[in-house]
Amino acid sequence: MLPEPLRERAVAQAIEAFDADAITGGKFDRNELTIEIAPAKIASVCGFLKYDQRFVRLCTVTAVDRYPVEPRFEVVYHLHCLERKERVRLKCRLRGDHLEIESVSSVWAGANWYEREVFDLFGIRFLNHPDLRRIMLPDEWEGHPLRKDYPITGQRV
Amino acid sequence: MSESGIPSQVTATAENEEQETGVRRMLLNMGPQHPSTHGVLRLRLELDGETILKCVPEIGYLHTGIEKEFEVKTYQQAVTLTDRCDYLAPLSNNLGYCLAVEKLLGLEIPPQAQWMRVMLTELTRLNSHLVWLGTHAIDIGAMSVFLYCFREREDILRIFEMFSGQRMMTSYFRIGGLALEPPRGWQQRVKKFIEIFPSRVDEYEELLTNNRIWIGRTRGVGTISIEDMIDLGVTGPMLRAAGMKVDLRKDEPYTSYDKFDFEIPTRTENDVYARYQVRIEEMRQSARIVQQALEGMPPGAWKADAPHVVLPDREKMKTQMEALIYHFKIVTEGFRVPEGEVYQAIESPRGELGFYVVSDGTTSPYRVHMRVPSFGNLQAVPKMVEGTLIADVIAGIGSTDFVLGDVDR
Repeated sequence: MLPEPLRERAVAQAIEAFDADAITGGKFDRNELTIEIAPAKIASVCGFLKYDQRFVRLCTVTAVDRYPVEPRFEVVYHLHCLERKERVRLKCRLRGDHLEIESVSSVWAGANWYEREVFDLFGIRFLNHPDLRRIMLPDEWEGHPLRKDYPITGQRV
Repeated sequence: MSESGIPSQVTATAENEEQETGVRRMLLNMGPQHPSTHGVLRLRLELDGETILKCVPEIGYLHTGIEKEFEVKTYQQAVTLTDRCDYLAPLSNNLGYCLAVEKLLGLEIPPQAQWMRVMLTELTRLNSHLVWLGTHAIDIGAMSVFLYCFREREDILRIFEMFSGQRMMTSYFRIGGLALEPPRGWQQRVKKFIEIFPSRVDEYEELLTNNRIWIGRTRGVGTISIEDMIDLGVTGPMLRAAGMKVDLRKDEPYTSYDKFDFEIPTRTENDVYARYQVRIEEMRQSARIVQQALEGMPPGAWKADAPHVVLPDREKMKTQMEALIYHFKIVTEGFRVPEGEVYQAIESPRGELGFYVVSDGTTSPYRVHMRVPSFGNLQAVPKMVEGTLIADVIAGIGSTDFVLGDVDR
C-alpha cells in the first residue's frame, strides 16, 4: 500500500506495481518527489527505473548523516528523465551498525565515482562495486569527515 | 605504494602481463603538476608505445572539505564557499546555491534582481568559456589565442569588480537578491563591452576555425558515444556537441530565463572540434542574452521584501528600531530556514550544477551536497582517451572543460 503523499504519483505507482515491498515511505514536498526504498531493493528498483521508466540519468549519489538518530544514514539518489523532464529522489535508510548497500554502478556506470565519494566521506560500503577505494582523501586517512561526529577542526594526536 | 608513487599491485600486473604476452607496457604518471590538467589532476596512463591502453584519473588533490564547511556556516555566510569551488564561474555557483535556499524558504525574488542575475551569470559564462578557449588553445599549441581571450576576460572581471568590489570571488548573489545595489553607470560599462564582444568572437574564430593545425589536432579526436556520456554523468556542452539539445535554461527554466530569446547550439560530430564550435556559439548566444537583459532591465527592487532574511538598507537601519533589530539578528545568528530538502539544478558553463540542500530548521544548512558538472565530465575521460594516442589526451581533457577546484570541492 502506497503512503498517502505518493498515491497520485505515476512513478511511485510503477515501482509499487514492479515490487510491492520496495517502497517504505516518501513525500512530495516543494514540487519534489522523494521515495524511500528498502535498502535491499535499491539495485533492482534503479534498474527498473532506468530501463522501464526512462530515468536514464543518475545525477548524483550522496548521503546524509542523522546522528544520533537511528537509522543513522540516508543514502540519496537523484534520478533524471530527459524525455519527460522529470526528477525523482530515492532514499535508503541505513543503520549505523550495518553500513552496507548494493552498488548501482551496474545500472549506471557513472555511479562509480559518486559511490566512492560516499564511501570515502561517510564510510558506507557499496557491495559489488568495481573499484571501492577512497577518492578525495589519501588512502591511509582515518575516519570519514562528513559524518556528524567527525570534528570540523582540531589536530590528530 | 612503491617509491615512484605507482601502487605496487599495478606494477606487478604490468610485469605479469609482459611475461605472458611479450608486450612491453609503460606506466606513466601524467600530473599532478602537469600544465594542461588545469589544476591538480593525476592521470595514471598505461601505454603501449604511444597508444593508451588504460587511463585512471586520480583526484582529490584540491579537496578542501567545502561540503563539511557548509554545515558550520549560516546560510548567508555559506554563499562565499560556493565561489571557491568552480573559481572560473563563481556567479553560477552563487546562483545555484541561492536558488536552492530560496526554494526552501519559499522566497519570491523581484524581477530586477532576477534579470540582473541572468545578465551576470551569462557574463560569467563568457568569462569561463574565454578561459577555457585560451587554455585549450595553448594546450594544443596556439599561443596567441590566450592573449586575445584574456583581453576580453579582463573587461568582464572589471565589470564584476564594479558590481561587487571583487574580480573573482564575487559572492554577489545573496539569498533574497543581490549583495549590493547595482552601481551607478553599470549600463554604459556593460553596453560598451557587449557592443564590441561579438566582433571579438569573430577574431578568435579567425585564428582557429579554419586553422589547419587546429583542425588536424581536434577533428575526429576525443569521441565518445552519447549513451556512454549519459551513463557516466556527462552534461553541458559535451552533450550538445553530440547532437543532444539539452540545456536546463530551456528545459527547466529558472530565474526568468524563459523570458529571453536564445538558441541552444548543437553539433553532431561529437569530437573536440565540435565542442569548440558549440562553446563559440554559446558565447554569441550569451552575448545576446546580456544584450536583452541590458535593454529590457525591469525597474524595481534588487532584493526581496523579506525583512527576516534580507539585510535592511543602511538608511533604514540607522533610523528605524525594527530594521536595526532585524539587522542584528541576521548578522549575529542568521535566519531560520524551514525543515525540508531541495535539489536545485542550473546550467553552469560546464553542465548541470545541482545543489542538494537539507535543512533541519536551524540557521545553518544540515547538509549541502554539490552535484558539480566537472566531476561527471571528468569521469568520462578514461572512456574517451583509451585506445587513442597520448597527444590526444591533452586535446580530449581540454575539451571536457573541467575545473579541479570544482571536482574536488
